Amino acid sequence: MTEPATNLLIFASQLCLHLGGRAVLDHVDVQVSAGEIVTLVGPNGSGKTSLIRLLLGLQPADSGSIWRRAGLCVGYMPQRLHVEAVLPLSVKRFLLLAGKVADAELHAVCQRSGIQPLLHKPLQSVSGGEFQRVLLARALLRKPDLLVLDEPAQGVDINGQQQLYQLIASIRTELGCGVLMVSHDLHLVMAATDHVLCLNTHICCTGHPEAVSRHPEYLKLFGGALEGMAVYTHHHDHRHDLHGAIIADGHHNCGHNHDHG
Amino acid sequence: MIMDDFILRALLAGLIVMLIAAPMGCMVVWRRMAYFGDTLSHAALLGTALGLMLHIAPWLGVLATGLSISVLLVMLQRKSDISTDTLLGILAHAGLAIGLIMLATLREQGLRVDLMAYLFGDILAVNNQDLAWMLAVVIFSVIALLKMWPSLLSIAVHEELARSEGVAVERMRFFFMLLMVLVVAVAMKIVGVLLITALLIIPAASAQRFAGSPESMALLAFLFGVFSIALGLFASWQWDAPAGPAIVSAAVLLFFVTRVRSPVKM
Repeated sequence: MTEPATNLLIFASQLCLHLGGRAVLDHVDVQVSAGEIVTLVGPNGSGKTSLIRLLLGLQPADSGSIWRRAGLCVGYMPQRLHVEAVLPLSVKRFLLLAGKVADAELHAVCQRSGIQPLLHKPLQSVSGGEFQRVLLARALLRKPDLLVLDEPAQGVDINGQQQLYQLIASIRTELGCGVLMVSHDLHLVMAATDHVLCLNTHICCTGHPEAVSRHPEYLKLFGGALEGMAVYTHHHDHRHDLHGAIIADGHHNCGHNHDHG
Repeated sequence: MIMDDFILRALLAGLIVMLIAAPMGCMVVWRRMAYFGDTLSHAALLGTALGLMLHIAPWLGVLATGLSISVLLVMLQRKSDISTDTLLGILAHAGLAIGLIMLATLREQGLRVDLMAYLFGDILAVNNQDLAWMLAVVIFSVIALLKMWPSLLSIAVHEELARSEGVAVERMRFFFMLLMVLVVAVAMKIVGVLLITALLIIPAASAQRFAGSPESMALLAFLFGVFSIALGLFASWQWDAPAGPAIVSAAVLLFFVTRVRSPVKM
């Protein structure tokens, strides 16, 4: 199903980038529509983070064009965020740096991300998994049209990853925002993804997660890893069915809500 | 102790300068910009010499040199493979060396130049006119800093996140440099170009263990800074030590004392 063009949030075409004489991105196209979850997969050094940096305007592309919907509000969750130990900052203060936020709003977002108990702790004292949720909360506080998540599940254990991806999927359903996320493991995010871009400097293949996971280009890139992950994959097939149902429900709910509205 | 007028004026000058030096010092510590502070303050010697040579107010020379050095730094950063701290070191010592030569030349020409006052400050010679312009510059700087504080804090936490959230990072960086130049211009009188960075970072570093928020760290840095200045002035009065170095020594002493005591966050 393709979204109508009016829902398009960001659209980039033919992006090229060279860093240190090496091609990092080679004629890459990407687009995200409202309510859509797009996942970028690819091996290390395949240009995923660079592509995100271009889309966010953190770095200019060598060539190509990027169109953003006018007034697009982006919530960005960076891959790594190291805060100097010498900067005393509570989790709450860190969240409030996102901009002017009402107390109720802060409360709601913290509740949803499960970081309520952390609010008054120093930012540097929270664990990796907690920190990812704090970062997600900060992105959410901006009431984004587009969420950009760079390896959101980094440093989170398997169960936590499932929860995090479910959380992201439910946020998408509720806020109707577009989501662009980076992952190095397609199977983990499959259930919570509408569209996959498999990137290795150029776009190797693109489409629905199921299709991409069977695509020869994808298998060529990740084939080696799949052997060892057979059991894992099975485990996920089960999960996937379950998830599929949840997401279908989500869509359903969304429709209902619209009816009510 | 009976306080003379000049001691009172010196204390007042210290208090005024710390109003801006404390929060700026925190920013410098958070953003790891101590070397940048050194470069700007060393270049201020060159600025002073230029001012004297061109018969304009020395602070105008300081302002112009500070801005030129900042621009030069940005240009060099873009064009060379040499790391920023090396570039800063080069510019700092270039400013110092050329400034010293120019001041020596001026002295040859018969101008009375008190080199020690430029290098290590002359807080005991602060007069009412100095106090007035210091106060004006500091009030302006504090208002500007308050306006920029949330953005600067965002940048200190994570530059790219701030940029993605629409903070005008480049503009903020430029304004921050401008503020630093102003701080250097007023702090020169207190501790001299060689010790300005010390006045910025040592009180901030002392405050860090006790602070629970960025603002409380700035406030504590202010208190530590003012206390250091008072202690240094007292030492200077008591043992006839040079005031600038005595102030910095007092700040260092305080820093080590704070390291010994167990931290209680406020």
